[in-house]
Amino acid sequence: MRAAVVVFPGSNREADVARALRLTGADVVKVWHTETALPSGTDLAVLPGGFSYGDYLRCGAIAGRAAAMDAVRAHAARGGLVLGICNGFQILCESGLLPGVLMRNVDRRFICHRQLLRVERNDTRFTSAYAKGQVIDVCVAHGEGNYFADPETIARIEGEGRVAFRYCDASGALTVDANRNGSLNAIAGIYSAGRNVLGLMPHPENFVEDLVGGTDGRGLFASLAA
Amino acid sequence: MKARIIVTLKNGVLDPQGKAIEAALASFGIAGVEGVRQGKVFDVEIDAADAATAETTLKTACEKLLANTVVENYAVEIA
Repeated sequence: MRAAVVVFPGSNREADVARALRLTGADVVKVWHTETALPSGTDLAVLPGGFSYGDYLRCGAIAGRAAAMDAVRAHAARGGLVLGICNGFQILCESGLLPGVLMRNVDRRFICHRQLLRVERNDTRFTSAYAKGQVIDVCVAHGEGNYFADPETIARIEGEGRVAFRYCDASGALTVDANRNGSLNAIAGIYSAGRNVLGLMPHPENFVEDLVGGTDGRGLFASLAA
Repeated sequence: MKARIIVTLKNGVLDPQGKAIEAALASFGIAGVEGVRQGKVFDVEIDAADAATAETTLKTACEKLLANTVVENYAVEIA
């Protein structure tokens, strides 16, 4: 697995995701946002978390139009894997690679806590190491994670089985309390139509080693390495 | 020439910031405010042959970057 982590001014989680990828055996290179091509042999392009361009204009809006994103778009069009975490998910939505938008959290607060997610399907390149319906314990840290799209888009995403993760409680139930940012249908992450692009607000890369209190995020990187 | 671009949230899109501002106004004793929707204004200086050309260019700017048309509307006013 060769992974290219695209770094924008204001990205700040690139080292964590690179570490998680290396733990599961990937070769990782960082790519500055002005690059017009990904390194040859790239299997996976990663857009890390952070505050690209200081969240100016809208979260991910300016990064979504960076030169490197044309290369990411071409990579995705060839069927290449793309993973966007947190700000990376916002960038994927702003770039048009994924539908919808991440709005301000419903209670207006920046949320930063452990978060349970339900794995909606395990027949994808990102989730094969999990069980379908498994509840995993990861983290969230965002102010704009409130997933929104028009009703037709939501119906299409749901109809095509493109929801990757939903915010849930310990039993896997979708409760109002579990969905702290107010996302429609408790959506925490979605796939592209080809399921080769995944965007999610939570941070699986935070929980890949026992030392920091959890390893449930490791399955995503193990799936990619498989 | 000068132009102003106004970006507003579409009807039906939740606006937590607008709601917070509405509540704050009420708490400051500003009576009668029945709704607040927050938007953005961009004052732009543009070099263009005429107003129609400037408007076309700025509409492209809105579509490409300044507005997210999933949730936002925009209007271009040439001064």
